[in-house]
Amino acid sequence: MLTAILSLAGLAILFGLILGFAAVRFRVESDPVVDKIDALLPQTQCGQCTYPGCRPYAEAMAKGEADINQCPPGGEQTIVALADLLGVDPKPLNPEMGEVKEEKTVVIIDEDICIGCTLCIQACPVDAILGAAKQMHTVIEEECTGCNLCIPPCPVECIYIVPRKKSIQNWKWPKPEETQVENGAKG
Amino acid sequence: MLSRLQQLWQFRGGLHLDEYKQSSTTAPIQTIPLPAKLILPLQQHLGHTAEAIVKKGDKVLKGQKIAEATGYVSVPLHAPTSGTIIDIGDYPVAHPSAMKSSCIVIEPDGQDQWAEKQTISDYKTLTPEQIREIVSEAGIVGMGGAGFPSFIKLNPGEEKKVKTLILNGAECEPYITCDDMLMREQAKNIIAGARIMLYSLQAERCLIGIEDNKPEAISAIQNAASAFSDITVVAVPTLYPTGGEKQLIKVLTGLEVPSQSLPGSIGIVCHNVATANAVYHAVILGEPSVSRIVTVAGDKVKTPRNLEVLIGTPFNDLINACDGLTDENTPLIMGGPMMGFRVHSSEAPVIKTCNCILAKEDQSHHEQHMPCIRCAKCAEACPVNLLPQQLYWYARAKDFDKAQDYKLFDCIECGCCDYVCPSHIPLVQYYRFAKTEIWVQEQDKQKSDIARERHEFRQLRLEREKRERAERHKQKQEALNKSGDKDKKQEAIQAALDRVKAKRESQQENKNQES
Repeated sequence: MLTAILSLAGLAILFGLILGFAAVRFRVESDPVVDKIDALLPQTQCGQCTYPGCRPYAEAMAKGEADINQCPPGGEQTIVALADLLGVDPKPLNPEMGEVKEEKTVVIIDEDICIGCTLCIQACPVDAILGAAKQMHTVIEEECTGCNLCIPPCPVECIYIVPRKKSIQNWKWPKPEETQVENGAKG
Repeated sequence: MLSRLQQLWQFRGGLHLDEYKQSSTTAPIQTIPLPAKLILPLQQHLGHTAEAIVKKGDKVLKGQKIAEATGYVSVPLHAPTSGTIIDIGDYPVAHPSAMKSSCIVIEPDGQDQWAEKQTISDYKTLTPEQIREIVSEAGIVGMGGAGFPSFIKLNPGEEKKVKTLILNGAECEPYITCDDMLMREQAKNIIAGARIMLYSLQAERCLIGIEDNKPEAISAIQNAASAFSDITVVAVPTLYPTGGEKQLIKVLTGLEVPSQSLPGSIGIVCHNVATANAVYHAVILGEPSVSRIVTVAGDKVKTPRNLEVLIGTPFNDLINACDGLTDENTPLIMGGPMMGFRVHSSEAPVIKTCNCILAKEDQSHHEQHMPCIRCAKCAEACPVNLLPQQLYWYARAKDFDKAQDYKLFDCIECGCCDYVCPSHIPLVQYYRFAKTEIWVQEQDKQKSDIARERHEFRQLRLEREKRERAERHKQKQEALNKSGDKDKKQEAIQAALDRVKAKRESQQENKNQES
């Protein structure tokens, strides 16, 4: 009897020590859930979710403060991915945050009108605008995420939204049109 | 030597299709007159787009390099004839999107004058590396249709020893006969190319697989290869899609290329016969890839035949060389009836991977497709052992992760499932839709990763600037405090004030004097 208690107690202490050591030795620095959520967000840094960027939104979601349907640029795809990750049911996008854009957009600066005030440069979350004080500015289209944050600060309204350039490289085969017969029959 | 006794294997599935190869093989390969202009898309093949190194107005000679490779999976582009560059801009190209793409346009001067060519009599004076360099510089890509830069497939790699070189002369798709005609007419060059490839790969043997519906081609190649004991010509049974790389390897060797990997992983490299011909032209004659043989066929073509044309020749010129179409409104298809796609402009030019231009009655039965009844005919026909109906459900529901679990990317888009489907479901289009959708999602993912990095860097930078500003401010404050004795400062201020006062007074005096 006593041997059994002692040996079990000894094992418990041993495993406790191993677990305790592992917890210290292999401690993960940042919250991995936040990283995982952040990886699913589109990184436009547009703030439409009411948080100042994608990572703060991811942190809020991890704490349970924000819902999964607050990201208009991500659209349905992101919501489904987030639901999958967090083990909740997907839901439609919250219309308060904005609407899903039909196609991806970027902004361009009308360089004839630009006065070189640098306000848009300060607003751009990904440093995609190039220019200096009293010099013409321009958008690096490759890097623009289409967040449109540069538009409100512009005093001369010289920034326009245009669709992202389509090329053969990012062209997609259209989904075949479904006939009524096919739609009618499920399963 | 022809091996009739060599054991052959079979892949699962496949179809016996009507061949329609007769009409375009009655006449020999013909050349056509120089077209009024040549349009050369900078994207000729898989991988990175080439970059133009000429400008508008430049005079170029035949074979002169006009665009440079960018990146590893890329090859340069050469002028197919001598003439003047008249434009570099967006033109219609043969692509299912109907989009325009960046092209170099040459107006031929009619001289067809070659730039200097480096001929070599014996390829063995070169090292395998030098041969790959020549093949790369000559802009050779796989001419069977996929268009992978050939020099990469001539590299045996450091450890992976390539034992077998397979030349693909199966040409299994209906209507297409360009490889058949090439084998009949230029068997010697193909074998010479095969010898160079064997040398470059340091491979032991070469198998040439030709479908048994091409007896002329088989005997021509057999004659040319009879002197070489390491080259074996194998007549393979006619069954679509034997010309698929992995299918032909299975038929000839019994080996299966693992899912999502290349034949190199099992010691095999597979090239098209036309590519071997191009390698011969590049290494021995010093001629880069500037022309190819194209089959023009289909029941709407008045005189179907095979044409040797310069890269960049508009489809219209090829159609005209075949006496035109019986119905001008027939849509053109690039490639065969099973795997080809509709080309939206007859002004689109021939590129290096264009093996066939087809103009035939539209027999597509996809208009009224019906629900899937799970009959599994598609699964029986699939030569890659996939479950096409599962892939269809997942692609249709946009469940791309699941589609990938079911090996969507092993699908070779041969169209067998599509062909046998009793509900006429456009299955291949669903797979193409899913594949491109996944690629674009991956591109977006890369883009968002870059955006995250840039955003994080910006945050860091702003913070650093803030910190530095605060530090500077602090240092200034300290400096002020240190120089400490406030009297000195006060004195300096007083002195400055005095100076101003004196100046004002003297000005006042001057004014007074003037008035």
